[in-house]
Amino acid sequence: MLQLLKKILKTGVVTEKYKAPKDNELEQLGIQIKRHIDKKFSGSIAIRQVDAGSCNGCELEIHALNNPYYDIERFGIHFVASPRHADVLLVTGPVSRHMQTALLRTYEATPNPKWVVAVGDCAACGGEFGVSYASCGAVSNVIPVDMVIAGCPPTPLALMKGLLGLINP
Amino acid sequence: MSSSNWTTDFINPLKNNGISVEKISLPSTILWQIDSKHWQQFAELSIQQNVRWVAGWAEHVEDRFFINACFEKQGVYVLLRSIVNAAKPELPSQATVYPAANRSERHTQDMFGINFVGHPDNRRWTRHKAWPKHSYPLRKNFPVQGEPEPITPADMNYPFVKAYGAGVYEIPVGPVHAGIIEPGHFRFQAVGELILNLEERLGYVHKGIEKIAEGRTPESLARLAGRVTGDTTVGHCWAACRAMEQAAGVEIPPRAALIRGILAEGERIANHLGDMGAICNDVAFVFAQMQFTRLRELWLRTNATVFGHRLLMDRIVPCGVMCDISDSSCALIKQDIIQLRKELSEIMPAIDLNSSLEDRLYTAGYLSPEIAAAFGTLGYVGLSSGQDFDVRRDAPYPPYDQVTFKVALEDQCDIASRFWVRYKQLNAALKLIEQFIAQLAAGDILAEWQTPPAGSEALGIVEGWRGEIITYIRFDADNKIARFYPRDPSILNWPALEKLTLNNIVPDFPVCNKSLNGSYSGNDL
Repeated sequence: MLQLLKKILKTGVVTEKYKAPKDNELEQLGIQIKRHIDKKFSGSIAIRQVDAGSCNGCELEIHALNNPYYDIERFGIHFVASPRHADVLLVTGPVSRHMQTALLRTYEATPNPKWVVAVGDCAACGGEFGVSYASCGAVSNVIPVDMVIAGCPPTPLALMKGLLGLINP
Repeated sequence: MSSSNWTTDFINPLKNNGISVEKISLPSTILWQIDSKHWQQFAELSIQQNVRWVAGWAEHVEDRFFINACFEKQGVYVLLRSIVNAAKPELPSQATVYPAANRSERHTQDMFGINFVGHPDNRRWTRHKAWPKHSYPLRKNFPVQGEPEPITPADMNYPFVKAYGAGVYEIPVGPVHAGIIEPGHFRFQAVGELILNLEERLGYVHKGIEKIAEGRTPESLARLAGRVTGDTTVGHCWAACRAMEQAAGVEIPPRAALIRGILAEGERIANHLGDMGAICNDVAFVFAQMQFTRLRELWLRTNATVFGHRLLMDRIVPCGVMCDISDSSCALIKQDIIQLRKELSEIMPAIDLNSSLEDRLYTAGYLSPEIAAAFGTLGYVGLSSGQDFDVRRDAPYPPYDQVTFKVALEDQCDIASRFWVRYKQLNAALKLIEQFIAQLAAGDILAEWQTPPAGSEALGIVEGWRGEIITYIRFDADNKIARFYPRDPSILNWPALEKLTLNNIVPDFPVCNKSLNGSYSGNDL
């Protein structure tokens, strides 16, 4: 137990600070996101992530948003377990045909007003997989998309930027 | 070792049982062709010799189907092939002998319409509702666009195993799960908290990878292979490139091989850091999750600085690698390794001494060595249940043929074993990167590509972070890919999850699942 506490103390807070080195725009972005969230969503937005057929690369980077460096929750952005609790659907992957109905149902289960963010090149345009007997391609081929965050996969910083774009179009 | 080549000893029992083998020589692969009526009998004889079933796939060539299965013992691989006529595509199943072959044969049945006679469970597997029952996407006359309905309906009537009795209830989970995770369906039968049975239903992220690979150029195929499963982009890309290079007779420069080794071990470290944190997180030990995600982030940032991509996608290309590594980058990596070791030396004792972790991870998710062997489990799952195999040691390829390292083993067969095996593998990977950096000598990082003759084929076998990856490639004319089959270790590890969760409580399923961490995308293709 002592070792554990010692390590926690020694690690300190690694979350990246405002006025951090100039190449680091993270904090700046976060602050802007927070301001818009405060105004339009009473301080928080709830995101439901849906993998509709991705290779799992995008998921790894979305996960990173919750690590202590980005700690996206401090800006009022948090991930929820059910679409019924969500303001935003973060959809990855080309939509595989086997996931098409599941994605439609998830979309229907999300209360209005809702936004859909297509994350990654596959979700944006079909990417390496395109449209085929097994894939519907871009997310916008299946449900209405409000914005796109490109990248293969998009970095956590790109994801933060994208979410800002959604809130402040 | 004198008996290193089991294949010579195995010819006699085959002959005595009336199985004649036509030996065909392929670049660095042994190919045996047998009559399809002996398909199952071969398996019966090979399992007696403790030969491992590795992979199975098929190919449509004109009016015939090539049925392939790969076997391994002592690091020597044999590619077994039977050819059946497309008019009556059937042969006896190997899944009756090797449970490992079960789902691969079901996949082949769905994708080619090949009937494996006597298969113990011939329900559809990869096919849901995206294409009709009597149409087969990997046949050459099936257009890549298919004839899909505007909206593919949900797969409602899959015949799951049922359980009846007082107090027995069913829990359906997925395909959309609660976390940030890939989609799949799990069907539990439980009494109280105890899991009586678990059945997996995968295939939700089937993207037609094998079909859309056809006709690609080597560069384009390497990009696709790097997206078979995003967490193993280096592993799959390497396996595919190795298969293409062997088919084309291309040898990559030593410097490129070393850089590939650094990339692959780096991928192993990043994934193990993520998994070790996630395993602890699934039993609510958030300290470890925070520490490991922090270390993973630092590691990924170095990836971005040194290689230009956090997850190392598209760094490996046919003939070599697309990014060189400078002396200053090497120094940065070495410094990172020292720092990571120091951090782990502080974190691991705190984890080891934690009684709540001990309580949750020890004896939970037990996978017996017998079941692990039957399913041919690989990587950290196999190594924790007595399956002592690692391609890097047992069938070494450059640069692993120039280094020595110890294959990590644990023997308790539980979640704790799978956690600690990852830690040992991580340490071994750090040492390997140091050895590779020390061996780097100036030189090219790309060889010259040679267009292989039509029909050239080869296997590419590497140890990905989840375990052995085996990729089959056949070329068409004009440098085009005719067949691409990547066998992710998840294909063999997933069935083990159904077994290791038995008699655990439902709330322990997430940690059981995470301790195995199969890839959905790599399984569904």
